[in-house]
Amino acid sequence: MAVSVDEAVSAGPGRDHTPSRRRRGGRGRSVLEVALLTVLAVVMLFPVLWMIETSIKENRDVYAIPAKFFDFKVTLDHFKDVFAGSGGGRSALSVSFLNSVVVAGVSTALATVLGVPAAWAYSRFSVKAKKDQLFFILSTRFMPPVVVVIPIFLMYRQLGLIDNKLGLILIYTAFNVPFTIWMMKGFVDEVPAEYEDAAMLDGYTRLQAFWKFTLPLLLPGIAATAVFALIFSWNEFVFAIFLTSSDSVRTAPPAIAGLIGGTTIDWGLVAAASVVFALPVLVFAYLVRKHLVAGVTLGAVRR
Amino acid sequence: MGTVAVHGLRKSFGKVQALDGVTLDVPDGSFFVVLGPSGAGKTTTLRAIAGLEKLDAGSVHLDGRDATADTPAARDLAMVFQSYALYPRRTAYENIASPLRARRCSSSEIAAAVEQMSSLLHIERLLQRRPAQMSGGEMQRVALARALVRRPRAFLMDEPLTNLDLKLRVEMRTELTRIHRSLGGTFVYVTNDQVEALSMADRVAVLKEGKVQQVGTPAEVYERPANQWVAGFVGSPAISLLACRAEGDRLVGAEGWTLPRPRWTTAENGRPLLLGLRAEDLSVERRGDTSLPGELYGLEPLGDRTVVDVQVGTEMLKVKARPTFTGTPGERLHVTVDLDRAHLFDAGTGLALSESGR
Repeated sequence: MAVSVDEAVSAGPGRDHTPSRRRRGGRGRSVLEVALLTVLAVVMLFPVLWMIETSIKENRDVYAIPAKFFDFKVTLDHFKDVFAGSGGGRSALSVSFLNSVVVAGVSTALATVLGVPAAWAYSRFSVKAKKDQLFFILSTRFMPPVVVVIPIFLMYRQLGLIDNKLGLILIYTAFNVPFTIWMMKGFVDEVPAEYEDAAMLDGYTRLQAFWKFTLPLLLPGIAATAVFALIFSWNEFVFAIFLTSSDSVRTAPPAIAGLIGGTTIDWGLVAAASVVFALPVLVFAYLVRKHLVAGVTLGAVRR
Repeated sequence: MGTVAVHGLRKSFGKVQALDGVTLDVPDGSFFVVLGPSGAGKTTTLRAIAGLEKLDAGSVHLDGRDATADTPAARDLAMVFQSYALYPRRTAYENIASPLRARRCSSSEIAAAVEQMSSLLHIERLLQRRPAQMSGGEMQRVALARALVRRPRAFLMDEPLTNLDLKLRVEMRTELTRIHRSLGGTFVYVTNDQVEALSMADRVAVLKEGKVQQVGTPAEVYERPANQWVAGFVGSPAISLLACRAEGDRLVGAEGWTLPRPRWTTAENGRPLLLGLRAEDLSVERRGDTSLPGELYGLEPLGDRTVVDVQVGTEMLKVKARPTFTGTPGERLHVTVDLDRAHLFDAGTGLALSESGR
């Protein structure tokens, strides 16, 4: 115990752990490993590649048989169509992207603001039936969303939250708070409580101790958790399609799905919209990739 | 002023009773050591004084005022943690300055106080470093500086030397005594190292399983242990305990030996007793009158002395001998006993027998 606390203190949480990861990756892979990983990568990434190709092909190349992999004319028309409306002005899709940004951003911010202090409290204080409470919180994530979509639809109808961005924000927050609490509790547990004890003896209040001394050490964890929450809200489809109907409220996933189903399907537009939709998630994941791995493997790796 | 008093502290963690009615009185300006093995409740006692632990029962009085409900900040105490608990993202300077910043001191005051502390503890060159760039001993000094930079009611120290290597620990022992002398103030110091307790303390409280066993000066605790357990815990090598009973003017051992009955004991005949003998009050002879017959079991040469393990029947005696002492295992020996310095305990309760006649 004494040793582990000491290690934690001397190493300092939130320290850069790249050296160890670099050691694990890159050099020293066998030929077989490389071959298997290449096959896996091709299989996994082919749909993504096809999506990107389709988004920059002209319509006749999209339908070409045999399929054209390389020798097609590149066009950005589909991307223009994603953002610009047919009669000038903004397209319905671009509005739905904006809706997605608002809904995902606000619900993630809310979940973080609510979940981080809760995680801190669960980590630091003796709460009655703490384990049961935490299990209950987690259990809300056990069922698939589609199970509760009908009761929520009925409740939302009473409250006037159907086809309302606030409705989506609330439901996404409700789904993200348990996740935030669980993931952040792991990060808070890793920060020795003694920093706060020391700060309180220095003369700070408990909240000041949290705010000034623990919170800065939690920022990487908060970033990782928020990205996960953001990705969940950004990708969410079931609630979005059930609870929204008008173009002005709809988020991107049901809006993109709505492009499919007419008499003719503009695959180029679907692919371009999908690329635009996927980009923010990729960018965010790339920005916090170091912490994502830390978050995913939290508890599994003894630092 | 800086008196600390706790009364009837009780605290349990689940099924473990960490504190079971701890009452202590720390006089103003004293170096008060709380000594006990791990799990005795020392740290919990200290955290209770600091206000970091919610108590099941009991009260904490600071300067005679009930502070049980006060927040840690309001208690005006400083603490050195076993793990040092230096803020990892901050430089040594900022760590030391933290208690002053919390109290909104001006930056010139802070600079002066940090400078004074860093020269007292010889850490001037560390001030711009972060904890990760310091060695254990350096972190320890910075942690001390952070506690000492203010003049609180009392300084609480939770095994501050435990994580240092032996040489540094001995050095810091002297250093802390020097600091206590030069700064004054009340120190409550928790340790499981009896050498620290005996060498640094004005007063020692010995704790076991959440109960205070004995409070006294180091000499009292060593020379007059209140019970068998304290006698065994304090002192190195550990005191040897032999089962015996008093019969007339003799002490008769369970293993068949007899010794003259110490003049000072009032134990009635036949009562089961434990005779406690410290290694330095014994000597190895090959014959003698006030002596126990035994066999040489093993030797521990320690440089300045040799500890001789002598088997008496099924019991083992540790005897301090000259460093030049040699012998072969199995060899017959007599151990001479200085009965004036022996201890007698009731074998049932473990309590020391009255030594009023001594």
